[in-house]
Amino acid sequence: MSEPARLELRGLSFAYGSRPVLQGLDLEVRRGEVFGLLGPNGSGKSTALGVLSGLLPRQGGEVRWDGRPLPESSPQWRASLGVVFQSPAVDPKLSARQNLDLAGRLHGLDSAERERRTERGLDQSGLRSRADDLVGEFSGGMKRRLDLARALLHDPTLLLMDEPTSGLDEAAFREAWERLDEMRAGTDLTILVATHRPDEAARCHRLAVVSDGRVATVKTPEELRDAVGHDVLVLKGADPEGLRAQLAEALRLESLVDGDELLVSAERGHEWIPRIVEALPDGRLESVSLRRPTLADAFFQVVGRRLDEEPEAAPRKRRGLFGRRKSS
Amino acid sequence: MSGTRPTRLAQELGLMTCLWRREMLRLARERMRWTGAVIQPLLFWFIIGSGMADSFSVPGAEGVDSLTYFFPGILVMVVLFTSLFTTISVVDDRKEGWLQGVLVAPGSRLSLVAGKVAGVVTLTLLQCTVFVALAPLAGFALSGVSWLSLIGVVTLACIGLTAACFVMAWLLDSVQAYHAIMSVLLIPLWFLSGALFPPPENWIRSFMVVNPLTYAVDGVRGALSPDALGVAGVLGTEAGPVVEALVVLTVFAVLALLAAARAVRRPGSSPE
Repeated sequence: MSEPARLELRGLSFAYGSRPVLQGLDLEVRRGEVFGLLGPNGSGKSTALGVLSGLLPRQGGEVRWDGRPLPESSPQWRASLGVVFQSPAVDPKLSARQNLDLAGRLHGLDSAERERRTERGLDQSGLRSRADDLVGEFSGGMKRRLDLARALLHDPTLLLMDEPTSGLDEAAFREAWERLDEMRAGTDLTILVATHRPDEAARCHRLAVVSDGRVATVKTPEELRDAVGHDVLVLKGADPEGLRAQLAEALRLESLVDGDELLVSAERGHEWIPRIVEALPDGRLESVSLRRPTLADAFFQVVGRRLDEEPEAAPRKRRGLFGRRKSS
Repeated sequence: MSGTRPTRLAQELGLMTCLWRREMLRLARERMRWTGAVIQPLLFWFIIGSGMADSFSVPGAEGVDSLTYFFPGILVMVVLFTSLFTTISVVDDRKEGWLQGVLVAPGSRLSLVAGKVAGVVTLTLLQCTVFVALAPLAGFALSGVSWLSLIGVVTLACIGLTAACFVMAWLLDSVQAYHAIMSVLLIPLWFLSGALFPPPENWIRSFMVVNPLTYAVDGVRGALSPDALGVAGVLGTEAGPVVEALVVLTVFAVLALLAAARAVRRPGSSPE
């Protein structure tokens, strides 16, 4: 696409003491795009947002907005930013209306404009009927919707969202994203969202797969899933490593051990199920199921690590392309 | 952005008024804060003053009863407690995320400090007003109070204490640590402020001379009573306890604000 990048990060680096977190992060985000940073905890995606929002110093690299270099954390830059944090930045001891009014004050809006946008925010977040209730009495999903309205109250041009739906159940997650889609409709708001949720990543136009403070690849969610290819067969058994060896020997299928599961990527996966059951007759196989590849699978394929892997865990050795059949 | 873009000045004032207004809103919501901030010092005053009534005697202030003598110190306790307990919210605000929303706003961090301090000073003045209304019970005629001096001393003491507490809250990451420092450092400062006894001629005097709360107590005492109950300022200058207090507390407030500005500056930059 020839459209110039709205936001560019070039060689962004950051270290906590001697521990590098960002190691030359490069990104290009287009105008009006919902761009995701997909990575596990500790991969550096939240740190990247911290540097962009000015909460953390820019230790190295360059940031450009519409092609122009951005000075580090200028007031003009902050005025154009909306930020949604992992914890909602709302005061639980005040009402929804008061929280939105304070957000308007923070951005220097005059009284009439604050009132107008507060009312708009209450409508957009679906909290009008609870406008004067204490936020501390709200559900997690309601707090998230209010937080979103707070972050968008001053009509930012770039919205940074750091794990914006962490802790939400499926229904609250869906509602939060539906509200966001409504709020950004008709605007050219650009969104950069850091997430480790595959379902959240699937909402993005494009995704950067982030690992160890670097971007491994940038693709659309569909491209990432397609790159996994085929269907995913999930085998469960007492000895996944043994199953893997047996599968390779009997059917020449390459597979990956993922925890207590064995994952196999195969074209026309449903046709493989009876063959697998026949090939593993000694009762070591407990179950076999079929599913479409997820973005978690795609992450695994690109990085060779699980998306829900804890940062302390040692990186799992990458075993090449995920689930490719050796030969037929 | 749609609409008119706010000016830098509007953004700075907006950040300050946001923090100030939040303190007012929370005060209105949390009525127990009034009770704690005024009733507790009142109980201290009544219990300490009544308990020591028979044995109380201060050189230079003979004939002054204990309830009268302790009243100015208790007023400074209201200032100290309000500063301490209001500023502790900085620790929670950071943990709960609210502060991060403030830090990414366009206003400078100096405005953040100014807004927080302004909110606490307003609260303190409101609570002190309630407490001063009881001054006639302690033997002070309201008509004899030097109001400008009293407001000046209380405001300067509050600015200095709030800014100092702000630095502490900013640097600490737990309410427990804040409470520990409060108990070990700040509450003893009040005991060494002349609130309960005048500076003695021993090692304690040295601590009292460098303790800003000593000047706050001296200043309040001088503002409430034209002869400062017969007790000279800790420095004993001819200017008197009120002027001593205003000068020293101004220096204290400026230093504390500078420390707060330094503590909150953005990483790798000036505080703007």
